[in-house]
Order: sequence, then structure tokens, then C-alpha cells
Amino acid sequence: MTAGPTYDSLASRFSGALWRSPRLLVIFLLAPPLLWLGIVYVGSLAALLLQSFFSFDDFTAQVVYEFTLSTYAELFRPSNFDIIQRTIVMAALVTIASAILAFPIAYYAARYAKGRLKAFFYIGIMLPLWSSYLVKIYAWKMILSKEGIISWFADKLHLGWLLDVWLSLPVVGGNSLSVSATGTFLVFVYIWLPYMILPIQAALERVPANLVEASHDLGGSPGRTFRHVLLPLAMPGIAAGSIFTFSLTLGDYIVPGIIGTSRLFIGQAVYTQQGTAGNIPLAAAFSVVPVVIMAFYLWGAKKRGAFDAL
Amino acid sequence: MRSDHHRAPVALKLAAIGGLLFLHLPILLIFAYAFTTEAKSFQWPPPGLTTRWLAVTWERRDVWQALTLSVQVASIATALALILGTLCAAALARARFFGKEAITLLVILPIALPGIVTGIALRSAFGLINIPFSFWTIVLGHATFCIVVVYNNAVARFRRMSPSLVEASYDLGANGFQTFRHVILPNIGTALLAGGMLAFALSFDEVIVTTFTAGQQQTLPIWMLEELIRPHERPVTNVVAMAVVLVTLLPILGAYYLTREGAETAGGGK
Repeated sequence: MTAGPTYDSLASRFSGALWRSPRLLVIFLLAPPLLWLGIVYVGSLAALLLQSFFSFDDFTAQVVYEFTLSTYAELFRPSNFDIIQRTIVMAALVTIASAILAFPIAYYAARYAKGRLKAFFYIGIMLPLWSSYLVKIYAWKMILSKEGIISWFADKLHLGWLLDVWLSLPVVGGNSLSVSATGTFLVFVYIWLPYMILPIQAALERVPANLVEASHDLGGSPGRTFRHVLLPLAMPGIAAGSIFTFSLTLGDYIVPGIIGTSRLFIGQAVYTQQGTAGNIPLAAAFSVVPVVIMAFYLWGAKKRGAFDAL
Repeated sequence: MRSDHHRAPVALKLAAIGGLLFLHLPILLIFAYAFTTEAKSFQWPPPGLTTRWLAVTWERRDVWQALTLSVQVASIATALALILGTLCAAALARARFFGKEAITLLVILPIALPGIVTGIALRSAFGLINIPFSFWTIVLGHATFCIVVVYNNAVARFRRMSPSLVEASYDLGANGFQTFRHVILPNIGTALLAGGMLAFALSFDEVIVTTFTAGQQQTLPIWMLEELIRPHERPVTNVVAMAVVLVTLLPILGAYYLTREGAETAGGGK
């Protein structure tokens, strides 16, 4: 009423037109977000892809703006290929460990927790998920340090020798847990675990309890029930969760930089190549690796119904 | 026999409780370390307790500056994400058209792809077209990956809201803007608040993309990262870590209460 007649009729005509044509409405609504994502995000990804086809002259320390595949060929040099392999193995191990740890929590929350207990579980999973990423890493730096709580606990249990034996092993060991591959693994599992619990829980919520009972009634042992009933039904959830744990581990450069050995992961390679070395083409090529791996991974996960469990 | 199936096996119960403890004990440890008298190492158990470091941290200008910058970036990024995410959700909640899946994928992509890809992509784009790093380059990156959080919350609410409400509003003579203001907004308000809080928390905590899009500016996570790589004063970092845990607690709990299943949506039953 307060608005003038011109404004009113213009606004009405405009919104009327939108209402009569749903297609126009969708275009009107989608234009701003699509322009943003298209320009800022897709544009940047395109710029990244473009740079990976340039090369870097080691003598002049300049980027050569000519099309070449030589930067991609560099990825297959043993030193670089090692980095890629190490990262994929770590991501796979972290994913498997998270799935094993997540399953009982998810199953308990989905099947047995009711009412208040259910809310408690939900918050119990959401809080660590949303807590500060760096604070979580910092907490683990405290835990894993030589003078930290794990060493103290191991000593109290007179198991200090066991920790020392583990740390003296090649590959997984190191001076202390906070500079070992074991430490990197533990922190990755800890940080991404909630991302695995939630989709598994969502998948298990949809399993009717009487399916499990039927399996028992038909003489299935708990082990067989798990293998032949629960696991197949939880698979879409596990696949969905593994998208997160796998992708996040592939691209992380902060965890292995703070807790781990001096051996690089893909993320760290990207960071050092673009930063100190100034070799943006190689950094770009390195960062295409997780994208390609994830594309295949998503394609495989989709076939397992992962997207229905998200 | 039947009651067997309604009670959890002991092993399952223990594994679930153990898992929850594993998730929470490390965060609780932060609180113990914030009060330790030991300044040089992460010695456990703390040799003594003190509140001295709270005061020391309170006086630190660099901490306050980093905190202010983080709050500013997160506020603007959240505002942008709220607008863009809501528009997207409104368009995609019920419409069916060719290419819809591609658009959904586009919205999710910034958070589905590793942060380092988003980071290096933005950096190389800024480099190619010579945009200098500034406050706004940080915001640009943050808003991009915050859209999906708002979108997820809003789209769920749009789907629960009955379309007949909007039809009724038009039938009663309201135009599109009035309908939005008086019918749609009250219905999706709490979902937007929840999405906004989570977007804020996400931006406030982001470090991977920020290391690529920030120049000299230090957000709080960048400040923390510096301290993690080259520790200057451990006790101050401990106190900041505790403060961050406490501050992020609020939006998470707030978002939870706002989007609980009990949250009422008019016409939601349909």
C-alpha cells in the first residue's frame, strides 16, 4: 500500500510474469549463483587446467607459455610418482580404517539409540566434525609428542618398549609418533572419521530391523548376518563416506606437513611447487591428479549407489 | 529370545562408546593444556596449573587482529553464500529440467574437490589476470565453498514446504516479493539461519584455500598454522585453541536446535 502505484504495478507485472512461466523463474533464480560459480570457480579451474599444459624453465625460473605435455610427463619421474603412490596408499588405508571404526558407532546410533540417546549420538558426531580443523591437528601434536600423553600412558602400562619397537620399524616408524607415518595416519583417521559415520548411519537407518531378525531366525550367525545382510545394505553409505575420506586425504597438505615425516604428499608437492619453486605448471599438473582420481572414484561410487546415501 | 534383538551386543556397545571417546578426548585435552605451567613442551601430565596465559593472550594484538579479520571475512562470505545458496535452492528444489544434475554438481564441487585444488585454481586465476591478493580475494574463495552449506539446508526446507502455500499467496493477490517476504521467508528462516551459522563456522575455520588466496593478511587459522609450523609462544597458542573450540561450539549447537526434526514447517505434512 505504501509503495507508489508505478512500483507496485511494475513489481506485480514482473513477479506475475515469473509466476506464469516457471522456466523464466528458474532462470531468474539461477542466474546469480551460476554466474558466480561459473566465473569464479569454473573459470579458476579452467585457468588451472590451462597452466598445467605450460612448462617451467629451470634455468630462467620462468613459465613458458607454450602448449606442451612435458609437465605431465614430469609427474612420472620416480621422485614425483613416489609422491602420488604414497598419497593414494595413505588415502586407501585411511578410508578402510575409518570404515571399520565408523561402522559400530553408526550401527549403534541407527539401530539402538532412541530419543535422547539418539540426539546425544548426533551431537557427539557433529561436534568433532565441525570443530576447528587446526585445533584438532594441534591436539594430536600434543598427544603424539615424545613427552605427550601416549608415551606417558605406554610407560604407565609398562608398554614403552612396544612403542619403541614400533617406532624403530622402517616406513611406519620415526623419532617419535609425531614425526612418523603412523602419526599422519592416525590424525587423518581422526579428522575424517565423522564424515564416514554420518552416511553409514543414514544407510543403516533405512535397514528394517526385522531383516536382521529374519536372518537370525533363519539360523544366520551374527558374523553371517553382518556379511550377507548388513554389509551389503550399508555399502552405499560406506561408498559415500569413502568419497570424503579418500578425497580429503588426497588433497590435504597440512596434516602431513605438521605431523609426519619429511616425505611429501600430493598436497605438499602442489604447495611447494607453486610457492617456493614458483613452478605453477607442475603444481597445476600435480593438482589435476586428485581430480582425475576422484572422477574415477565418483564414477565407481555412483554405480554402488553412493549418491542415494548422501 | 526376542528381547535379545532389542538390546545391543556388549561388543557393539563398547566399540561405539570407544569410538565416541576417540572423537572427543583429543578435543578435551586442549582444555587441560590451556592451563599448564609448562611453556616449552607438551609434557603430560601438566606439572602445574595456571590462568596466567589467559591474561597474556588477552593482551596480544596480533591475536585480536587475526580474529577481527576472520570474523569480517566469515560475515561477508556468509552473506554472499546466503543469497546465492538460497537462490539455487529455490530454483532446484522442485524444478525438473535438463542439466539440473550438472548444476547440483557444480554447487557441490567446491567442497567435493580437495581444498588444495580450489586454492591453487583460484591462485592461478588471480595470477593470470593480475588480481593482487587482498581481503576480497579471501572472501571470494570462502563464499564459493560456503554456498553448498546454505544450499543443503535451504533445499531440504523448500522440499518440505508445500507449494500450495505460494499458490495461495498469489491467489490472494500478493506479488512475488510480498510472497517471498511474508510466506516463503518465515518458512525457510530457521533453515537459512542454520545454514548461515554453518557457513560462518566453515569460513571461520578454513585454512587450506586461504593460504592460497591471502596475501599478507592473517586470518585466525593462518595465525594458528604459523604457530604450528614455527611455534613462538606455545601457551598462547594453547589458549587460542581453547577459545576457538568454545566459539565454534555455539553455531554448531545452534544449527542443530534450529534444524531438529521437530522444527515446524507450515504445510510440511503434505
